[in-house]
Amino acid sequence: MSRRPRLVPVALAGVGGLALLVLVAIPMVALVARAPWSAVLDVLGDGANRTALRLSLVVSLWAVLLSMALGFPIAWLLARVDFPGRSVVRALVTLPMVLPPVVGGVALLVAFGRRGLVGQWLDRWFDIQLAYTTAAAVLAATFVSLPFFVVTVEAALRGADRRFEDAARTLGARPGFVLRQVTLPAIRSALGAGAALSWARALGEFGATVTFAGSFAGRTQTMPLAISDALDSDVRAAILLSLVLLTVSVAVLAGLRNRWLGAA
Amino acid sequence: MSGLELAGRAHAGALVLDLEITVAPGETLAVLGPNGAGKTSLLRLVSGLLRLDAGELRLDGRILDAAGGGGVPAEDRSVGMLFQDLLLFPHLDVADNVAFGLRAAGVGKDRARTAAHAWLDRFGLVDRAADPVQGLSGGEAQRVALARALAPAPRLLLLDEPLSALDTDVRGAVRRELRDHLRAHAGPCVLVTHDPLDAAVLADRVVVLEAGTITAAGLLTDLVARPRSAWSAELVGTNLILATACGTTLELRGGGCLIAADAPGDGPVLVAVRPSSVALHADRPRGSPRNVWEATVVGVEGFGDRLRVRLDGPIPLVAEVTVAGLAAIGASLGSGVWASVKATELTAYPA
Repeated sequence: MSRRPRLVPVALAGVGGLALLVLVAIPMVALVARAPWSAVLDVLGDGANRTALRLSLVVSLWAVLLSMALGFPIAWLLARVDFPGRSVVRALVTLPMVLPPVVGGVALLVAFGRRGLVGQWLDRWFDIQLAYTTAAAVLAATFVSLPFFVVTVEAALRGADRRFEDAARTLGARPGFVLRQVTLPAIRSALGAGAALSWARALGEFGATVTFAGSFAGRTQTMPLAISDALDSDVRAAILLSLVLLTVSVAVLAGLRNRWLGAA
Repeated sequence: MSGLELAGRAHAGALVLDLEITVAPGETLAVLGPNGAGKTSLLRLVSGLLRLDAGELRLDGRILDAAGGGGVPAEDRSVGMLFQDLLLFPHLDVADNVAFGLRAAGVGKDRARTAAHAWLDRFGLVDRAADPVQGLSGGEAQRVALARALAPAPRLLLLDEPLSALDTDVRGAVRRELRDHLRAHAGPCVLVTHDPLDAAVLADRVVVLEAGTITAAGLLTDLVARPRSAWSAELVGTNLILATACGTTLELRGGGCLIAADAPGDGPVLVAVRPSSVALHADRPRGSPRNVWEATVVGVEGFGDRLRVRLDGPIPLVAEVTVAGLAAIGASLGSGVWASVKATELTAYPA
């Protein structure tokens, strides 16, 4: 028996390892290594930065709530109802995943901006101006994060064994009861994973937000926008704020692995 | 009329069900049939998980389903269904599974759990109430599923292969328990099975379902004595031969001829011959039997402490003999033997 290691796995491992090193490990290490730890208290204690962090949490949590509230019916329809044009609807729902966020922002602006297709009527009839408000930031974040929830939950609904729902019906359960007591518990891990993914996406949202909502401190300037701003004036703050988001992201990933995806 | 009445047509995939059954209150109807005959689809039809294309389904006179509108959705039919795969809810503990139907009916959490405990007590499972269902043994899971189906006091009971998933050593005990519960059930019950023993112990009447239609209906004893299809004959382990009667003479398709004790009426008939009534001989037997013919042994299988000998010749059928009996005539695979059946041992009836 030859014990010579086979060439292909070694080559693949080499390429993969290099990619991980260059694209993930080195940038993350640099972020930590270059962090001005002495300035931690200054930066995190700074009122403007805390405002940005708080705004980021508020906007991203609203976006997740909206994604769940709007996304579940969409996922359910796509998974369970065989209606004409279903594949078109699925493509539309996933479009924001592949669309450059700035394009989404422009689209939202020309739709809901003050002179937008719909926005002019919102302005004229209801005196509602969406653009450059916190609501616009929420809308932009929802726009990009919704597909993550829909795609995850739709797949779970498709994979769930519907005979359990049949069993529940023969036991006298009405559709609402079946949904709450059988369907949702069966896909709860996917609901969690979908929410976490869409939250992570909403938290990092930049392009659509800056286009549709602008970068106004305390109103629409979320963390990514604040970091971008800080790069021009105070690099130390930008690095520390980035670390805060990195920490949050890693926490989400760890939570996903342990709670929902199973420790693989 | 009270009880269950179904007369109609439905389709499940490529299979078309076209049938008529009635089950009286307190009566248990066993549905026997080969795989893919539509037995489970029949239960789905009655429970409301499958809709009729034509015809009508009634329970105690009330229309449950009718072609062209009307009908009662599954959740309002008061059906207790035991699924072949049980389908216990994996995210609920044993007691919450049993309490599910009561909770769905709006009973409060505490009362539903109390009732569930009472059911588990009857099934000897009260100490497993708080356990997850994944850890149950096959027999325990079966009892929990039955308790879950019975707890909401259904008017109609549907059992899909209730014993097939169980090991043989617990099957007998669960079958006896099931019989007691079926006796206590006041409404109609439909039991799907492929085991005639289930039908014998649990059911009052049987129907045989083949390719979506009913090929035989009646008492199990009728089915055993007078099977109406090759599958039914196989099920009850008897020979079934198609013949044409002329008086007491039965002309077989293959050219052979048998004599019956009583004339079944002229025309096409089915002839049932129990394998144990076919005698084998080394030489042409002398004496009374009128039905004697020469045959070739083409197969021998063990069957309990006896042997089933497949015969080829003018009258192809299976004889059941003891090992000693076969040895005494010196027959083995491929050898020629003489076979005989008394005229009184065969049952001929119009096809």
